[in-house]
Amino acid sequence: MLSLAHFLLLGAALFCLSVAGIFINRKNVIVLLMCIELMLLAVNMNFIAFSHFNGDIAGQVFVFFILTVAAAEAAIGLAILVVLFRNRNSINVEDLDSMSG
Amino acid sequence: MQNLCLMIVLAPLFGAIVTGLFGRTVGRSGAHWLTIIAVGVSFFLSVVVFWRIVIGGEPSYNANLYTWLESGGIPFQIGFLIDELSATMMVVVTFVSWMVHIYTVGYMHDDPGYQRFFSYISLFTFSMLMLVMANNFLQLFFGWEAVGLVSYLLIGFWYTRDTAIYANLKAFLVNRVGDFGFLLGIAAVLMYFSSLDYAEVFDIASDMTGVTISIWSGQDWSLMTVICLLLFVGAMGKSAQVPLHVWLPDSMEGPTPISALIHAATMVTAGIFMVARMSPLFELSTTALSVVLVIGAITAFFMGLLGLVQNDIKRVVAYSTLSQLGYMTVALGASAYSAAIFHLMTHAFFKALLFLAAGSVIIGMHHEQDMRKMGGLRKYMPITWITCLIGSFALIGFPGTAGFFSKDAIIEAVHASTTPGATLGYLACLFGVFITALYSFRLVFLVFHGESRMDEDTASHVHETPAVVWGPLVALAIPSVIIGAIAIEPMLFGDYFGSSIYVDPENDVLARVGEDYHGVLGFIWHGIWQKPFWFATAGVVVAWYCYLRRPDIPRRIAERTSLVHRMLVNKYGFDVFNDWFFAGGARGTGRLLWQIGDVGLIDGIVVNGSAKFVGWWSGVLRHIQSGYLYHYAFAMILGLLALLAVFVHRVAG
Amino acid sequence: MLADLPLLSLCVWVPIIGGLWVIFAGSRVPAYAVRNDALFISMLSFGLTLLLWRDFDNGVAAMQFTEKLNWIAPFDIFYHIGIDGIALPLILLTSFTTVLIVLAAWEVITDRINQYMGAFLILEGLMIGVFSALDAVLFYVFWEAMLIPMFLIIGIWGGPRRVYATIKFFLYTFLGSVFMLVALLYLYQQTNGSFAISDMHAVLLSLPQQKWIFVAFLLAFAVKVPMWPVHTWLPDAHVEAPTGGSVVLAAVMLKMGGYGFVRFSLPIAPDAAASLNGLMIGLSLIAIVYIGFVALAQEDMKKLIAYSSISHMGFVTLGFFVCFQIFAKTGNWTDAAMGIEGGMVQMISHGFISAALFLCVGVMYDRVHSRQIGDYGGVVNTMPKFAAFMMLFAMANAGLPGTSGFVGEFLVILSAFKASFWFAFFAATTLILGAAYTLWMYKRVIFGEITNAAVKSLEDISTREHTILLALAIPVLILGVWPAPLLDMMHATIAQLVEQLANSKLP
Repeated sequence: MLSLAHFLLLGAALFCLSVAGIFINRKNVIVLLMCIELMLLAVNMNFIAFSHFNGDIAGQVFVFFILTVAAAEAAIGLAILVVLFRNRNSINVEDLDSMSG
Repeated sequence: MQNLCLMIVLAPLFGAIVTGLFGRTVGRSGAHWLTIIAVGVSFFLSVVVFWRIVIGGEPSYNANLYTWLESGGIPFQIGFLIDELSATMMVVVTFVSWMVHIYTVGYMHDDPGYQRFFSYISLFTFSMLMLVMANNFLQLFFGWEAVGLVSYLLIGFWYTRDTAIYANLKAFLVNRVGDFGFLLGIAAVLMYFSSLDYAEVFDIASDMTGVTISIWSGQDWSLMTVICLLLFVGAMGKSAQVPLHVWLPDSMEGPTPISALIHAATMVTAGIFMVARMSPLFELSTTALSVVLVIGAITAFFMGLLGLVQNDIKRVVAYSTLSQLGYMTVALGASAYSAAIFHLMTHAFFKALLFLAAGSVIIGMHHEQDMRKMGGLRKYMPITWITCLIGSFALIGFPGTAGFFSKDAIIEAVHASTTPGATLGYLACLFGVFITALYSFRLVFLVFHGESRMDEDTASHVHETPAVVWGPLVALAIPSVIIGAIAIEPMLFGDYFGSSIYVDPENDVLARVGEDYHGVLGFIWHGIWQKPFWFATAGVVVAWYCYLRRPDIPRRIAERTSLVHRMLVNKYGFDVFNDWFFAGGARGTGRLLWQIGDVGLIDGIVVNGSAKFVGWWSGVLRHIQSGYLYHYAFAMILGLLALLAVFVHRVAG
Repeated sequence: MLADLPLLSLCVWVPIIGGLWVIFAGSRVPAYAVRNDALFISMLSFGLTLLLWRDFDNGVAAMQFTEKLNWIAPFDIFYHIGIDGIALPLILLTSFTTVLIVLAAWEVITDRINQYMGAFLILEGLMIGVFSALDAVLFYVFWEAMLIPMFLIIGIWGGPRRVYATIKFFLYTFLGSVFMLVALLYLYQQTNGSFAISDMHAVLLSLPQQKWIFVAFLLAFAVKVPMWPVHTWLPDAHVEAPTGGSVVLAAVMLKMGGYGFVRFSLPIAPDAAASLNGLMIGLSLIAIVYIGFVALAQEDMKKLIAYSSISHMGFVTLGFFVCFQIFAKTGNWTDAAMGIEGGMVQMISHGFISAALFLCVGVMYDRVHSRQIGDYGGVVNTMPKFAAFMMLFAMANAGLPGTSGFVGEFLVILSAFKASFWFAFFAATTLILGAAYTLWMYKRVIFGEITNAAVKSLEDISTREHTILLALAIPVLILGVWPAPLLDMMHATIAQLVEQLANSKLP
């Protein structure tokens, strides 16, 4: 039988993967976006697990909210990415350091 | 009396202000008429005051004019104290000043700064009168510094001459060193007496003998000694006693009339006057008197020696002034205050005479001051010659002249004194007489006698000076001869000074000298058989032999004793040392403190240093801001973890 | 009718409003109209302060001409002003100096004259505000606002290194006053919510509390005075400031520090002042001696006078703090008044003298455009009248009796002697050092042969410059010959201050 702990472990694993992806990845901004999505999924996993084991539906409602927001975010992110590529001819993360002090 | 005093003081001030501020309006003749009349008025009123106080026997006048300010419960007053001492000084000051005013008309005849000069000397007369008429320490200090100011202005009168503006700065600063001590002395008086009024201070002075003051912890000094020594430092500055004498010879850069007025007759004697005025204080400290005596003795002898090697006619007279001031100081140290004032008075006349005579020679020679280029002037300038001779006789103490009485009195007094150091003082004075005679007659012989060493051009122009110049010479020659015989009896042995000078009966050397006094002629007769007269005669004879008979001798002596000679020419190295140590040292210290302290430490390390530190630190921090997204993300996670750790710790702990 | 007017408020606001008017109306009118307007306003406000003096009662220690209006009611902050014997002479000095500054800028400032004049008029009002504020917040507002015009004056009309100088000046003074703000807020809390300075005087405080407050005030005031070692902004600011800026800086702004000590530090934290007086006396003596030497080494006239100012202001702080030592030695507080009064007189006198000296340098600078001593020499040959005036002021700076410079130094040295021989000894070295650096400069600049063509072509002072210098010469001489009226003005107030010092505020 799967217990709450298993779900939480899965969520944590997803989260760690995404975090690692954010700063191990140096090549592609798209991977960054995907990692963020993955991070949100990790959160969603936790929400659903808690919702199920606590018997409270509110958690699952939140997951829908998050999915919606994630979709919007992906859309905006990709749009920015397109503009970025147009201006810089690159989506390489290493090249994007104009914020450097 | 108050109005009289005010008139005496304000007349010269009025003259000074009008000629100073409206010099162009009043014109040259307006300037000299105005100031001569003003000082003349002052002189005649001083005589009136003198008559009433000294001869008429009126009680001394002591009243405050106005309150300068009041602070800490102590009123600081401006007022007058007219007693025998100040009345005497007033007459001397105004008389010499008046003569000098008249003389100036001739001496400064062609000078563009004519009105300015009259303004200054009138201002000087005002300041000096304020000084001698003061009834409190504040006003004394006021006059004290004011005469210093005028002296500064007058030494630098010809302000384009480098030597003159060097000399006036030096004079002011050296005097300031004296004033430094003087001011501390005044502060000590105020602290312990809670008053600066002479009468109040002197009244309770004798209660203060036991009081001690701790300057270094653990060492208690007698209060009276400290006060007197501090005050005497002031006197040393103004009266040019070793080692603060260095300014006086240089002050000869000023025009000759002021050398006579300020740097011989009046201002430099302010220190003597001050000590005499403070006699109730000085009498309470044998230590202080002893210091005064020794300093005076050193000045009297060693400064006289310097007169022997000078070739500038004015500088010879200047060193003679130093030496004579030393005599007066010795007299003060021996508690013979009235002898000091007596010598001050006679000296004022004959030294002013000598200076004005020297000035007359300088005019005659068209502003040549080197004695080596003179000689034989007797024929060309008979009046100057005679008066100068009279002055010289008075200076060396030829029996019957004014200087004889005053100088013999000092020597007798110091001989009779038991103050520690009196023997030294006696010897210094005795040998000083020889030196005085030697340099005085060296001057007379070199200038007026012997072969003429002038170049032809000068020789054809030399002539006796006009009456405005020789008039004052004659007017000063008369008191130079007679004043001693007239004044010795009342001044020294009578009750002339009344209560204005206080002498402790134990120190009263003049009373002891007076026991042998039997009239003026007796004093002269007695003097002829005494050592000073023989020393003086010897001096004249040696001068005659060395400078008229065998003019090659001095040079040979100089060559033989080149070390001594060089030391004398270098004035014992005081000037070199002062320039190097004090002037150079102060500038060096200033530069050091500025560059290291202000620029280096405060600005460099603290102020700009902190700015640089902020700059450096931000330079370090900016490396963190790499611009890479993953660095920021990493920082966020670290922060998150840190917060989480705190949170967990809170909850768990 | 006149008596009903809020006279003190007029003294504060007439110059401020006048200054604003000059700035805004002045951009559309010719320069001569601006000058006339500025002169009129400055004369008017000087006249108003003279009225204050006329109606001032010397015998009263309490505040006079008080006005109190609600300002920020929720925090009990009032527009509360009034003056006593300490503030009045400083206010007179301020308004007097402003008239001279307006005159001094007359033909000299050609660039944005309306703003220049306006800035000085506003500055005048703010400074009078500082001296008359009785509410701590009001005081602080005036105090900080004062920096703005000064900042602009140096920054716009200053010399080549003006940016460095302004930033240094601003940071120094601002850093100090921030600590003062903290102290004021702390006192607000301690007085249970009152910003009235009189309440702050009355509140009881323990010794550590007092010490913290004292140190916080010290940071603010020591920078303004300036005391060693926070003085280095002053020479830079002076050197870069235009003549008028130097004058107001030396004549009035430095006095803010001294005023702060007698208005805040001493009465609010007397016990702390008593326990820290050794430090204060030490710093003052360092300022007098050390800075005296430093002044000797200067080659720039303005820098020399700036250092001389620091040295002279050392007398002010020495006078203020020496009283504790006197009390410790004699157990008598009446003696203490002399030092404080000496310090006050020194402030006023220094206001006149330093203003005069800076104006003198300005007169020469306007002609030769150099402040270096080496570029002059023999000025007396071409400018005899000027040389006479400068002689007077140089002598006053050297503390010659008969000039105002002597009075304060004399009183402070007298009272320092009561505390310790050595205090007086070191203080009195200024007699020598002061004369040395002032007269040495005078010798090199004024006396001697003419050394270069610039000096040779100098013209003597114009009527306008003559008027300015004469206007300063008169108070310098009068205060020297008869300082009693000035002292009488502040006797009552200082007696009250001494009483505050004598009574411990420890709970």
